[in-house]
Amino acid sequence: MVAILEQTFRDEWGRVLAALIGFLGDFDLAEEAAQEAFATAAERWPRDGVPTNPGVWLVTTARNRGIDRIRRDRTLAAKTRLLEVPEAAEDPMDATTFPDERLELIFTCCHPALATDAQVALTLRTLGGLTTGEIARAFLVGEPTMAQRLVRAKRKIKAAGIPFRVPPDHLLPDRLAAVLAVVYLIFNAGYSVPPTRRDLVAEALRLGRALAELMPDEPEVHGLLAMMLLHDARCAARFRDGDLVLLADQDSALWDTAQIADGRTVLDRALALHGRGAGGVYVIQAAIASLHADEPRDWPQIAALYGELARLTDSPVVELTRAVAVAEERGPEVGLEIVDRLTLDDYHYLHSTRGELLRRVGRTADARDAYHRALALVRDDAERRLLERRLAELDT
Amino acid sequence: MRYMLLIHQGTTPTPGSDAWERLSEDEKGAVYGAYKALNETPGFTSGVQMQPPETATTVRVQDGRTLTTDGPFAELKEAIGGYCFFEADDLDAAIELASRIPAASMGGGIEVRPLVEW
Repeated sequence: MVAILEQTFRDEWGRVLAALIGFLGDFDLAEEAAQEAFATAAERWPRDGVPTNPGVWLVTTARNRGIDRIRRDRTLAAKTRLLEVPEAAEDPMDATTFPDERLELIFTCCHPALATDAQVALTLRTLGGLTTGEIARAFLVGEPTMAQRLVRAKRKIKAAGIPFRVPPDHLLPDRLAAVLAVVYLIFNAGYSVPPTRRDLVAEALRLGRALAELMPDEPEVHGLLAMMLLHDARCAARFRDGDLVLLADQDSALWDTAQIADGRTVLDRALALHGRGAGGVYVIQAAIASLHADEPRDWPQIAALYGELARLTDSPVVELTRAVAVAEERGPEVGLEIVDRLTLDDYHYLHSTRGELLRRVGRTADARDAYHRALALVRDDAERRLLERRLAELDT
Repeated sequence: MRYMLLIHQGTTPTPGSDAWERLSEDEKGAVYGAYKALNETPGFTSGVQMQPPETATTVRVQDGRTLTTDGPFAELKEAIGGYCFFEADDLDAAIELASRIPAASMGGGIEVRPLVEW
């Protein structure tokens, strides 16, 4: 029963809170009311059974709590949208549905007038239902700092009049990019740090799926979800005894083939929506991730997609990744030419990539220098050990 | 909601300056045109015109003594060059209006500040 309750709470929290914010027009009030309703449910459901529609029960209960709160505080009542809203339904069982306002909520949380770290924290708190402590630990900051960040963000939403709505068409492309960037940041925070933080990855996937369901016609939404699914499908093969394993050395038997298939279905949807035109950044990255799951790799195709991505993003980091694919396609010398054109001196991947390509062309001494430069820049332990192994292998 | 829009001129050429004189007639016309359109926007109230920040005097009181210094409180290039008010439904509308103020695209920036409602 406890497990079922926890699952229901996780599934319903975002939708319930979004509906409450939409109705009450106030983040704090909505959060408080939602918490009370969830606490009441935890007490009653084990005794009386889970209602047929848990979400409706939670929203109605929370809404009534919120209204009670406002009635007790008349001055507050004068300032909320409540005055324009009719009496709440007394019987929760009457209603079978309530509006899904999670999109309004995520666009509010990811409004560009908020700092990116605040957007991430607020999204995890409101849509993901993570506690302040959980978010603080995920981003390696103290709980008081994270609490402060959330309070400030909510205060700004209210004081500055950040709207609770899905942006109109002329603002949508930019705003959607901001939302997707936040989801991707959450995914990366969970995925890139060894050992992988499954909770954040799961949360990013949950958000990605919700967005795909709520914005079924946006190719980049499906592109992001497909990319996350495809990357995450290889997570069991990414570390061996705590050490990072490069894609080329991974045991593909450890890949989650069902999830790769799932990711490819989502990618197909994204590509179909795009029509003949080139994809957006997420669609392209998903397509690359999909090609990486094939044996043997289609390097010309991968290199071409990285070229497209480099053109779209104008990013030297992407160009560096393209160099790796080009080296596979046309030899390490050609890859090296691209790498040596880049000005990314402080980026350890530049030096580790150079080291690997120099090793392949037989310039061992230069390769050693490059690996040493990479080692001087690397911060993560698992990556450091990988570089040390590569360096040791040069001598054998 | 009511917003105050504080115009930080940055390197924006202002009428009377040498940089302003170097602008083409079309460029000057575009600035005047933008302000005219702003003034005709419902909810917009222009501020009164300020002399340039070089003419500012900053006053502080310490231990009962009034201290005056020449120049604006902020660095000269960060000083406020003007302000206006906008009554709007939400921040998105205020951001849209701020983006139409010439200084926003000519080397300055607009600070959008919600006003306390009584």
